[in-house]
Amino acid sequence: MSLEGFLFYVLAATVVASTGAAITRRNLVHAVVYLIFSYFGTAMIFYLLGAPLLAALEVIIFAGAIMVLFLFVVIMIRNEHSESVLFHGSQWIPAAVFGTIYLVIAFLSVFTAPWAGAGLELLWASPSEFALYVLKNYWFLIEVISLLLLIGLIGALQLGRTGRGKQAEGEA
Amino acid sequence: MIVPFSHVLVLSGILFVLGVFCAVARRNLIMIILGIEIMLNAAAIAFIGASLRRQDLDGQTFVLFILAVAATEVSVGLAIIVYAFRRTGSFDPGNFNLMK
Repeated sequence: MSLEGFLFYVLAATVVASTGAAITRRNLVHAVVYLIFSYFGTAMIFYLLGAPLLAALEVIIFAGAIMVLFLFVVIMIRNEHSESVLFHGSQWIPAAVFGTIYLVIAFLSVFTAPWAGAGLELLWASPSEFALYVLKNYWFLIEVISLLLLIGLIGALQLGRTGRGKQAEGEA
Repeated sequence: MIVPFSHVLVLSGILFVLGVFCAVARRNLIMIILGIEIMLNAAAIAFIGASLRRQDLDGQTFVLFILAVAATEVSVGLAIIVYAFRRTGSFDPGNFNLMK
């Protein structure tokens, strides 16, 4: 096994373990911090698979912005009455059954596919090449994304403003 | 050769199932959105692996868009959660029957 392969398996085990730890935490702050570890591992997998710009963006956007947003909300809203039961039986049993079926079928179909043994050859996309490729071939989708981000911004602002207004009315 | 493509897909599948499990089994709105984030992350890993397998950059481009969609979704979703928490004082999705 090459060094890259060894690193990939170590990182994959770390990512799965920290994600598994995150979804079973009762304390939301702990869950978010475990998930930050998971995203750092994912960023290193991206780097290993030849996407340095996306690895940087994963750290900046996922581990940085999104998880910090979660932390802000979790800390800002103190949740005294936390969940008494972590997984409700009526919910987690169907989830586990269907998840297991799905995983088994996915494993079977992946490992019996004709290309199952095909290895990944390294393709190193330097940030400038990647940016040129995106702007040449997908410039319209960039515009769509900017519109989507604008809509997200307006939506978040509107929801936050309405909430404050209602609260002020209630206090008055 | 780094690893077989199937192993990348298996990693992505395991993460996706963990995300689905978190979104379905937890009774906490913040954990549900965390589960959706885990699912998006799993999809991004599958796209990166596919991009490497096909030896072009289309998969990596889609990961860029996944990042943007995840950021938008989480900002609007958390704003809705904060709004709902102000109305009901709880994160439990069972309490949000305001439309009744």
